[in-house]
Amino acid sequence: MTSFVSLSKAMARGFVRDRTAVFFTVLFPLMFLVLFGGLFKDQTLPKSKVLQVGSVAVLDQIPADARTELDGVLEVTRSDNRDDALEKVRKGEVDAMVEQSGGRVVVHFSAADQVKAGTVTGLFSSLVSTGNLAAAGVASPAFTLEPQRVEDESMQTIQYVTPGLLGWAIATGATFGAALTLVTWRHTKLLRRLRLSPVHVGSLLGARVGVSLAIALVQTAIFIGVAALPYFGLVLSGYWWMSIPLIVAGTLAFLSIGLLAGSFAKTPEAANVIANLTVLPMAFLSGSFFPLDDAPGWLKVVSEALPLKHLVDGMRDVMVRGEPPGAVLPQLGILVAFAVVVSAIAAMLFRWDDV
Amino acid sequence: MTSTIVVNDIRKYYGDVHAVDGVSFEVEEGEFFGILGPNGAGKTTTLEVIEGLRQADSGTVSVFGQSPWPRNTGLLPRIGVQLQASSFFERLTAREQIHTFASLYGVSGKVADEMLERVGLADKAGSRAEKLSGGQAQRLSIACALVHGPDLVFLDEPTSGLDPQARRNLWDLLRDINERGRTVVLTTHYLDEAEQLCDRVSIMDSGRILESGPPATLVRGLDALTRISVEAGALPEAQARELFPDAEVSADEVSLTIATRAPAPVLAALAERGALAGLSVAGATLEDVFLKLTGREYRA
Repeated sequence: MTSFVSLSKAMARGFVRDRTAVFFTVLFPLMFLVLFGGLFKDQTLPKSKVLQVGSVAVLDQIPADARTELDGVLEVTRSDNRDDALEKVRKGEVDAMVEQSGGRVVVHFSAADQVKAGTVTGLFSSLVSTGNLAAAGVASPAFTLEPQRVEDESMQTIQYVTPGLLGWAIATGATFGAALTLVTWRHTKLLRRLRLSPVHVGSLLGARVGVSLAIALVQTAIFIGVAALPYFGLVLSGYWWMSIPLIVAGTLAFLSIGLLAGSFAKTPEAANVIANLTVLPMAFLSGSFFPLDDAPGWLKVVSEALPLKHLVDGMRDVMVRGEPPGAVLPQLGILVAFAVVVSAIAAMLFRWDDV
Repeated sequence: MTSTIVVNDIRKYYGDVHAVDGVSFEVEEGEFFGILGPNGAGKTTTLEVIEGLRQADSGTVSVFGQSPWPRNTGLLPRIGVQLQASSFFERLTAREQIHTFASLYGVSGKVADEMLERVGLADKAGSRAEKLSGGQAQRLSIACALVHGPDLVFLDEPTSGLDPQARRNLWDLLRDINERGRTVVLTTHYLDEAEQLCDRVSIMDSGRILESGPPATLVRGLDALTRISVEAGALPEAQARELFPDAEVSADEVSLTIATRAPAPVLAALAERGALAGLSVAGATLEDVFLKLTGREYRA
C-alpha cells in the first residue's frame, strides 16, 4: 500500500511538473472549447449584403415594420454603377446585386458560396411572393410557415462540443499518460530498477490507473466549470452524474490503448507518434469535434468500433440530452469490455526491458 | 556457511553471440569483488543473471542460498542495485527520488534523508535529478540503491563518464560502504579502479573469465618488469647500460628509463651516485595482466 501511494505521488508530481503534458491534456482541449463555444455561440446566419441598382419595388415599397424585420437579415446598399456592382459580386465583396426591369426582379449572385447564394435567392423569392400576394389583395394567406427545432431551445453549440471535447481530452490524457510512462520508464531503465525492488506489479499499474483517473476527473471538473460560465452557457441535464462512471470506464479503455502502444514503442518519441496517430483520427471519427450525421455509412460503421465514439455518445446522452442513466448502459458495457480485452493483450505483450 | 554468491558455469547466448560463455565464481560475505573487462566482455549480462533480471540458458546461480530467477521478492530487499544508467523518476527532486525508493522497501523518510546526507547530497535535496551533475547523479543513484540497508550491493560501472575528482570522491564512498560490512560486487572497465577498490577481481573477455584473484597477486604473478625513471642527464645513458647489463635501458630528452626484474640493486646504485632527481618507479598493472592474458592491448 505504501508503494502504491508513493508511486502515485511520484507519477502525479511528474505529470504536474511537465508543462507540455499539462498543456496538451488540459489547456489545449480547453482552448478548443473556448474557441468553438465562443465562435459559434449565436448560430444565426450573418446578414446578406446586397447592392441595389436603380429602383426595386419589392424593396422600396415595403411597409416600415416589415422593413425593420428585413434589416435583421439583409443589408441593402444603393449603387449607381451597375458594372462596378456586378464586379463586387464576382469578387465576393457583396453577396448579390439586385435590379428590376419591368416586372422582373433580377438577382445576380455568385455560385462560389452556395449557402449565401441560396440564402439571398430564397430571401428575394419570398419578397417577390409577398409582393405578389399584396398585389393580388390577399390580406391573410391560407398557409403560414412556423419553423421549430427538435432540441429544446438550450441546445446551443456549447452543449454539443463540451462532451465531445471532454472525451477527446480524456482520451489524450489517458493514452499518452500510460504509453509515455511505460516507454520512458523502460527507456531510462527505471522499470528495471523497480523490478529489482520488492514492489508488486499491481501497485505499479494501480498507481498509473489511479493517477490517470484523477487527471480525467480534474479535466471533467475544469471543462464543466468553464463551459457552465454564463458566457458559454452550458446547461447540464439531471443525470449528468452518470457521466462519471462513463469517464472512469473510458479512462480505463484509453489506458489500455496506451499500454498497448507502450508495449510496441521502443522510444518515448515513437510512443508519442503512435498515441497521436491513434487518438487524433479517433477524435474526428467519433464526432468529438463535429457531428457524423452526414458521414458516409462505412465511416459510421468504423466509428462504432472506436471507444471514444461510445464515450462521447454516452456523455452527450446523460450530460445534455437528458437521457436517463439506464440509457447509457450499453456504452458503459462496451467501454469496460474494450478495456478488459485490450488490457489483456497489453499484459501479454508487456516487457520490463528493451531486450 | 555458503558463499554470498555462487555462480556455476552460467551461459547466456543471443543467437550466435556468446554473451556469457561458462562463467563460474564465488563471492564471500563482506568481500569487495570486481568484474573487470572491456565493453562487450559480458560483465553486465553476468550481473543481470545474478540479479535475477535474466535467466541463464544454463548453469546455476545462488544468492544467499536462493535462486534469483524467477523474480524472487524474498531476496530483493537484501540486495541493492545501482544500474548503468541513472534511472530516476522524471521531474522529481533528489529528496523525492530517495523517499520514493525508500517507501518501496518500507523504509522511513528519516533514514532516506540520512542516506542523502551520507552521500553528500543534502544541499542538493531540492534539485531535480535532471539538474544534477554526472557525479551527483551517480551518488544519488548509489544512495537509492543503499537506502534500504542491503547486505549485498551491485554497482554497474559506477564511475564511467565521471571526471577524475568525482571518481575519487565516489571511490571513497564505495570503500566506506564495504567497510561497513556490505558485500560489494562491482563491474568496471577501468583497471585502476579495480586495482584501487577490489579485494578480488575476475578479468573477463568475450564472455569468459580469464583469471581471478586479488589484484596484487595477479600483477605479481606476471613477473613483469619494474620501470625506474630519472631525469635525463642525471646519469649518462652509456654508464647506465654499463652498470645494469641485465636491464633494458632507454633514454629520451626528458628521462632515462631502466626496466628491470630486480629493482632493488638499481635503486641502490642510483642513490649511491646521487642520480635520483625526478625518480619514479612504476610496477606492472592489471593492464599488463590483461595484455598477457589476451595477447592484446587493453581498450576500455
